[in-house]
Formats: sequence, structure tokens, C-alpha cells
Amino acid sequence: MKTTNNCANCPAHNKANLIKLGINLENVDYVITMAGNPNTGKSTVFNNLTGLRQHTGNWPGKTVSRAEGGYIYNKKRYKVVDLPGTYSLLSTSTDEEVARDFILFGQPDVTVIVVDATRLERNLNLVLQILELTDRAVLCVNLMDEARRNNLEIDIRGLSKELGIPVIPASARRKQGMDELLQAIEDVATGRYVCKPPKIKSRSKKLNHAIETLSEKILEIFPGLPNVHWVAMRLLEGDNGIIEAVRSGELGNLHEEDLTIQN
Amino acid sequence: MNKTALTSRGEEILSAANVARWDLGTDFHDSIIESIYEDASRIAKKTVRQLGEKEAYSFDLKIDKIVTSKWLGFPLMFLLLTVVFWLTVAGANYPSGLLASLLIDTVHPALKNLAASINMPWWLDGVLIDGAYLSMAWVISVMLPPMAIFFPIFTLLEDLGYLPRVAFNMDNLFRKAGAHGKQALTMSMGFGCNAAGVVAARVIDSPRERLIAIITNNFSLCNGRWPTQILIATIFIGGLVPAQIAGIISAGAVVAIALLGIFFSLVVSWVLSRSVLKGEASSFSLELPPYRPPRILQTLYTSLIDRTIIVLWRAVVFAIPAGIIIWLVANIHIGELSLAEHFIQWSNPFAVIFGLNGVILLAYIIAIPANEIVIPTVLMLTVLSTKLSGIGAGSGVMFEMDSIADTANVLYAGGWTLLTGINLMLFSLLHNPCSTTIMTIFRETKSVKWTLVSTFLPIVLGLIVTFFTTQIWFMVHGS
Repeated sequence: MKTTNNCANCPAHNKANLIKLGINLENVDYVITMAGNPNTGKSTVFNNLTGLRQHTGNWPGKTVSRAEGGYIYNKKRYKVVDLPGTYSLLSTSTDEEVARDFILFGQPDVTVIVVDATRLERNLNLVLQILELTDRAVLCVNLMDEARRNNLEIDIRGLSKELGIPVIPASARRKQGMDELLQAIEDVATGRYVCKPPKIKSRSKKLNHAIETLSEKILEIFPGLPNVHWVAMRLLEGDNGIIEAVRSGELGNLHEEDLTIQN
Repeated sequence: MNKTALTSRGEEILSAANVARWDLGTDFHDSIIESIYEDASRIAKKTVRQLGEKEAYSFDLKIDKIVTSKWLGFPLMFLLLTVVFWLTVAGANYPSGLLASLLIDTVHPALKNLAASINMPWWLDGVLIDGAYLSMAWVISVMLPPMAIFFPIFTLLEDLGYLPRVAFNMDNLFRKAGAHGKQALTMSMGFGCNAAGVVAARVIDSPRERLIAIITNNFSLCNGRWPTQILIATIFIGGLVPAQIAGIISAGAVVAIALLGIFFSLVVSWVLSRSVLKGEASSFSLELPPYRPPRILQTLYTSLIDRTIIVLWRAVVFAIPAGIIIWLVANIHIGELSLAEHFIQWSNPFAVIFGLNGVILLAYIIAIPANEIVIPTVLMLTVLSTKLSGIGAGSGVMFEMDSIADTANVLYAGGWTLLTGINLMLFSLLHNPCSTTIMTIFRETKSVKWTLVSTFLPIVLGLIVTFFTTQIWFMVHGS
């Protein structure tokens, strides 16, 4: 990073505060998860944060099950869960289910979404879908070095404004942007940064109304359920997994179980 | 709230959802997706600017046109593979000899002296130093150099982004065989380790196609078998031609075996998908990632740690008990002969039909936990059964061997011919997976039946192939 010297006083540059924990995951303060399209460098970011050397390769589908690791930053212990890369959370392949269920029911404190700077538009589809599940997210725009090679300019501030979450440019393979990412994760985890992702704008009034009405009904029975809008939408779509979870009452249980684990 | 009450209220939600769904109309699912795409494209338009030419992108396209072209794709693939193996064969010989002379010629006698000086009982000294230590030393000197060359090169190709191109080239063939195109990826993983390849088959969603990928993964030569292939090819195939071209010819022979493996992978997939695992190939989209300049030093480091050391460690862990077993079967006598000699003599007539010998069969039984130790076991058993003098220090001792030439001498003395070498290479490709892979297959399929199929199908194929090779050989050369 060329500007390192100028930023030396910035609080984001306290890498000394980072202790990589590898797989030592006891008594964590925060759980963060990493999601994103395949081959965007999630595993590389994961390795940078945790000090693990999960094998990375330049091909989609490398991470087949979720990998876990941890680190300490500013005296807080973080557990990191690396999810398999997916193109969407809509269809029902195993990978997408693993990713979706973890964000939905694992209730991570922060979801780090890693995107490929050179394929931002396509990657944003997943970002928007994730932001429907959770609003506590940080966007890591990875492969900035590739973007520069392709003469792409990305308006990081504009992106952050549009999405309502912190956006960090990074080149994980060169270990650039990791300090800023750690800081952003902390800000969201501690609530210092309050994320305000926008509602999807291009949705019809009728649909929004249906979602609202159904959400209220769901909240009556499962009070305090997070992602209630998302659940409502899946019910409207007739998603069998979610219908089953409502019918069996599991929807509420899953949520409670996860809360007890975390507290 | 008790469970029944909860359930009935759950039904309430569901019926409300049903009513709302009728209101929204049928195109509503599509409109949810469309609205997300619209928003994504709007945000991207606002925040991403293309300055000037997409240089790197068009450069990528140019390379892709060549490496995935109809005519050049496959030849380039084979050429690349051959160069990788040639580098491995050419580079591994010298450090192998160096390691052998250190671990086997120097450290082993020192350990023996130490054992003698503390009056260690002969059997304990035999089991520990001649069995466990020597087999471990053997594995290290035979395996470490080729792995330390092969893995980093392979990892560099992987990081560069070449593997998905291989998958792209192969996709059509796999689909014609009724298998999933992603099987090309799991197959490539299998070239590293079959257990990893079997786990990687999770990327295939259809259970039918996933099973095919799992069963056929063993046809990818794994890193436990590369050293066997490389060594035997160097001795028996490289030995046929003048020294200047021996390296490249041996590498070519190894590539031929690897290609034969791919061929079997396709044929078996084809047969399975037309018989017990009937069905159509499902389609999928494969993204060709951009070429990324590999980070050379980092790759060298991670491939050394991730692959070389871990694989070597596994080999050592399995070599130690195997070394003990070898020593025991060579030293426990029933009547005149040791257990090993009994087995070798008993199985030899059967093995000869397949152009192999009793030693190879016994070695493959002892080496079930790890393919890596086949060659050391073969050498040790050969010395034992032919009672070579001047080499080795007695029964069940893995002896010193400074170079590939010495290894060759032992094998020739054991009655090996070019045919034996070829058949060993074929059998090394076509035999049961190692015990780790077998266990992984069971964990992934949860089925005893398919685990047994995956285990025995390659052995049957191996015996058929070596049988015909041998019979044809005899027909051509006369016996």
C-alpha cells in the first residue's frame, strides 16, 4: 500500500492489535461469517484474518464445507466462518442452503461479503440478497489490483452510500486492505457503525404490502424473529424448507437455540 | 406456548401466505429476482467506471481462445503435463540419491551401532530400526524430491487459473459419458489426492452424477502413485532409449498412464450412467476465472506446507507400521520359509498370469493404508525373496540404495522385465483406493454397497487390463 505512511496515525492501522487464533475458538465475543460468489478470494481473506492456511486455488467451488477459524482484534475474540461461494441464495443447491441457513439461523454478528471488483454488477446480486437476510454486513471489494489492471474505477464511498454498509477496498492476496476490514468488522460488531441497507427499490407496492402484512402475522407467533421480511417472502414464494420450519415451529426454536449458544 | 398450539398458529401463517400468493399472480417469483437484478445493475452503473480499454480482460480472452480451442486445447494440455513430469523426473534424481545416502547410508548404521551399544534385543532393534525407521527413511528419500518439485508446479498452474480451463476442455467428454461436467474438476482434485477428490464431489448436486464422480475418482493418479509411476517409468521405459531423451520419454510414459486413467474414468462413467446409474447429464455453468499472476514465493511456501509436508507426514505415519509388518512377515518363519516367502511362492503362479509377481501382490496388500509405500515394500520383498547377496543387511531390512540405477539392478535381479514394469504401472493406476479414500467414500456415500463397488471395480479392471497386456505381449514376443 503506497499511502501507508500517511495513514500511520489512523486507528485502522493498528495491526499490532491483531492476534491470529487459528482454530482456537473458545469464548468468542463475536461470530462473523464470510459469504460471496465463488472465486472472489473469500478463502484468502479468511486465511489473512485467522492465520490459517486453508488451501486456496483459482477456481470456483474450492470451499465445499464451511471452514472455521478465529482471531483477536482490540482484545475481542472473533470466530470466523468461511462459507462456500454461491451465486445466489434463491435456488436450492446444497452450497446455497449451507450459506443461507448459516446467515439466517447462525445469526452471525457480522457478515463479511467478499466481492470481485472486476465483476461487481453480477456480485451485487448476491450482496442484495444477503442484505435481505441481515443488515449487519461489511462489503469487502476484493481483487482491486485486478480491477486496476482492467482500468476499472470503483466509487467506494458511493457504493457504501447505496448499500448502507461499510465498504472496504482490498487486494487480499497482497494483504492490502485487511487492517481497514478488521476495523470495519469491529465497528459493525460493536454497533459503532449502524448499517442501514435500503429496501429493494424496484419492487411493486402490492408485493411490499403483502410482505408487511405477512411479517406482522409471523411476528405475532414468533416474536423477535430476525429476518422476518425474508421469511415472509420465502413463504409467499412457497419455499418448502421454510414452510416446514413454520409448520413444525422449528423456525422459532432455531432462533432461540442460536441465541442461547451465543450468550 | 405448547407445540400443538404453535402448529395450528403456524398453519394460520401458511394459509395467509397462500391467500396472498393468489393475489400476487404467477410471475411474482420472477419479479422478485428481476427487481434484485435491476437494483444491482443500477448500483453498478453508478459506482463502476471503465477507464479506457479493458486490457487485461481482452488479454485473458486471447489466451482462452488458444487454451480452450478445439484443436489446440488438448495437445496443449498434454504438452503442459509432459513438461511438468519431465521437470519432476529430471530434477528428483539427484536430491533423492543425496537423501538416501544421508538417511540410509549414514544415519541407519549409526542407529544400529547405538542399538548395539545399549544391548537392545535383536528383535526390538529389527522392528524399530530395520523395520520402522528404514521404511520411513525410504519413503522420505523416494517421495520428498518428486513431491517438492511436482506440487509447487501444479499449484502454480492452479493459481494461474488453468484448472478450470482443463475442466472446460473436458466438460464435453464427460457430458457425452453421461456424467456431470464438474467431474472434470473433481478428477483434477484427484490428481492431488483421491480422498480430497471424493470430498470435492460435493460440488455435484445430482446424487447419481455425484456417485459416478466418487466411484471414478480413483482413476486419477494420486500423489501417492506418481512417485511409483515416475520411478518405474524411469527404470523400464527410460532405460530403453538413449540417455539424452530418457527423461522426456519417461515423462511421456507417465502422461500416457495418466491419460489412460482419464480414459477409464470416462468409460466407467459411460457404462455406469447407462446401466446401474441411469440418467441424463445435468447442465451447469462453469465460470472461467480471470488469469491471475501467481504469487510465486507464497505458492512455493503453501504448496510445501499444505501438500508436500502433509502428504509426506501421512506417508511416514503409514510407513512406520508397514515397516514393522514387513519386518515381521519376513522374520516369522513357518518351517523353512518366512511368512512373506510363503505368500510370494503361493501367489506367484497366479500373479504371473497377469504379468506381475507375488512380491507385487504382497506389496499392494501391505500398502493398502498408503500407496506411497508400494515401491519401498516391493524392493524390500524382492531382495528378501531372491536372497540377493551384497545388498541389504538381511531379512526384512530395507537396504541402502544410492541411485535409481541400484533400484533397477535389484528389480532386474528379481526377474523383472519391461513387461513387469508396464504391468506394475497399469496395476498402480487400476487397483483399490487407499484405506483413507475408502473410508472417505463410505462417509460421503453412507453406503456399504457403493463403497465396495468403488473398492473392487478398479481391481477387477486392473486384473483384466494386465491379463490382456500380458497375453498380447506373449503372443507378440513368444513366451
